[in-house]
Amino acid sequence: MLSIKNLHASIEGTPILRGINLEVKAGEVHAIMGPNGSGKSTLASVLAGREEYEVTEGEVTFNGKNLLEYSPEVRAREGVFLAFQYPVEIPGVSSTNFLRTAVNQVREYRGLEALDAVKFLTLMKAKMKLVEIDQKLLSRSLNEGFSGGEKKRNEIFQMAMLDPKLSILDETDSGLDIDALKIVSNGVNQLKTKDNATILVTHYQRLLDYIVPDYVHVLYKGRIVKSGTKELALELEEKGYDWIKEEIDSAATV
Amino acid sequence: MSTLIKQDKIGGLTDHPGIGFELARNSAKEIFNQQGMPALKAEEYKFTSITKKLDQIITDPTQAKAFEVNANLVKSAIFEGFEGDILVFSNGIYQPALSDKIEDLTISFLSEKSDCPIGSIAKPEKDAFCALNQASFHEGIVISIPKKVKLERPVLILFLNAVSEGQVIQPRIWIEAGDFAEATFIEQTVQLNGSPTFVNKVIEVKGGINTHLHHYRLQHEGKNYIEVSNIETDIQKDSTFNSVVISLSGDMIRNNLTLNILGSNSEGNMYGLYLLDGKTHVDNHTNVDHIVAHSESNELYKGILADHSRGVFNGKIFVRQDAQKTNAFQQNNNILLSDDAVVNTKPQLEIWADDVKCSHGCTTGQLDEEALFYLQARGIGKLQAKGLLLYAFAGEVLEHIADEPFRTYCTKLVEDRLGSKF
Repeated sequence: MLSIKNLHASIEGTPILRGINLEVKAGEVHAIMGPNGSGKSTLASVLAGREEYEVTEGEVTFNGKNLLEYSPEVRAREGVFLAFQYPVEIPGVSSTNFLRTAVNQVREYRGLEALDAVKFLTLMKAKMKLVEIDQKLLSRSLNEGFSGGEKKRNEIFQMAMLDPKLSILDETDSGLDIDALKIVSNGVNQLKTKDNATILVTHYQRLLDYIVPDYVHVLYKGRIVKSGTKELALELEEKGYDWIKEEIDSAATV
Repeated sequence: MSTLIKQDKIGGLTDHPGIGFELARNSAKEIFNQQGMPALKAEEYKFTSITKKLDQIITDPTQAKAFEVNANLVKSAIFEGFEGDILVFSNGIYQPALSDKIEDLTISFLSEKSDCPIGSIAKPEKDAFCALNQASFHEGIVISIPKKVKLERPVLILFLNAVSEGQVIQPRIWIEAGDFAEATFIEQTVQLNGSPTFVNKVIEVKGGINTHLHHYRLQHEGKNYIEVSNIETDIQKDSTFNSVVISLSGDMIRNNLTLNILGSNSEGNMYGLYLLDGKTHVDNHTNVDHIVAHSESNELYKGILADHSRGVFNGKIFVRQDAQKTNAFQQNNNILLSDDAVVNTKPQLEIWADDVKCSHGCTTGQLDEEALFYLQARGIGKLQAKGLLLYAFAGEVLEHIADEPFRTYCTKLVEDRLGSKF
């Protein structure tokens, strides 16, 4: 589904990603872990098309298409979804109107007819249950005055509404208490099918107790330096990132 | 030099005044002659070189006379969806025959109301244009809302303007509301031809005790339209006054709005939205004067500026020594859509009382890129995402228009603009 080859990206001339290689197939869950500043969020942003980042080398194909040449909205319509680390508060834009506009633009792109108000509300009610989100929240302006946990739940709710093929969750777990984490994870797990894939970007192993990954990759200094299964995450939890840093840094100096 | 020549030319208007009010006119003329037109660097007109603009556009300043208006013209000029009563003005002169007779409302020509204390609220010494109007306006009206009357329907003040090259229109209105009166006034101007037009308007509003007034204005004129307005109100105790000004087009517009809060437990609210493109220049100077204790004012002006347009905001808040427990809030936010658009914003707070809550803030920036990316990342196209964000920004002002048909009409104008132009 997603194929990243030798991806290099920089921001304002500073290289952040220095040769990422990653293959994600339908039905898989990949966790990308790593110390702060290793480039995890940059990778998520580059895949979603954030303009501040410049791709200097490499390629990304998504279902056979060159993802990098698409605008952020076309990537979303193609089925890439980024759950933001910091969801944006947008006063004056109602959550419901925003979602209906988004859902219908995505549907139009996929050759489906637009949902009328009734069908949209029916769909919304069904998906709201997934993340136990309150109708009251959705009658407010988008994310405005939401708590941290509510914002993250709203991200997963939007994901459920847009039915993406590839979901990238950028530190969706950070700042959540156990109860909220369970709700969010439960939503993600229910949305998982054999046809879609998930990339979890996280600093902590804790999330992986609830969403079990097929693969775990460690990102350090803009490269994937170690890949393994969920056991790797447990090892990181126990030993921290320092042993990996040392391993890589000493190898580099040799 | 040109300033002097212009002053003489415009000042010539004072040689042909309308009927009555000789004392008021003479003192205003004296003040105007002493002050003259605002000089290039005059503090109050620092960013709005109105004198120069008038010099270029209004080449032969004579006062416009009323032209013939018929019912069909009135009908076609009223904004879509309006439900209420209409007062029609032709080149600034009231036309009773074409206006609705409004039960409970008395309307008289100023020339028949020689005891009306014009200039006692909007004082001529405060502003040269206010003085010019007082010295030379041809005819105005007095609108009286009797005690305890609530006008259920809004009153549309419809200015129909059609002048030949360079004429000046000077409306003059005195509104007095008795105790416990309530009313909504909507001001709409329709320019019937593209000739350069200068409107110099003065509206004075004298509220009673426990009066509740709304004043809405839509400024949506042609490229050669210049306007200076002075609107000033005295607010007595237990009263509210709400002003909303929506400015969409024109050449150069200067709005002076002053609220004098003279009674306690009163509230003055001022909202403004300016959505500018081309070379349109809109300057809002507001002034709220808290004179007694326990009153509140809220102010929110927002601007979206494209092309070479310019916005000016100056918000004065005075809190006098006796005005303890005053709450005064002011906010001015601007979005610049072009590198050539300019905003000059200046809050000016003078507070002598010590137990008050006052705040002010202003921001000028580009569209929030992070918010834009967020919407795009959900599949919403860039243009539409921009439109959504800009509309959300503007909506915060529009929602203060309580009259639904007028709000709907303004909303549509704003949406059309944000969808097409920006």
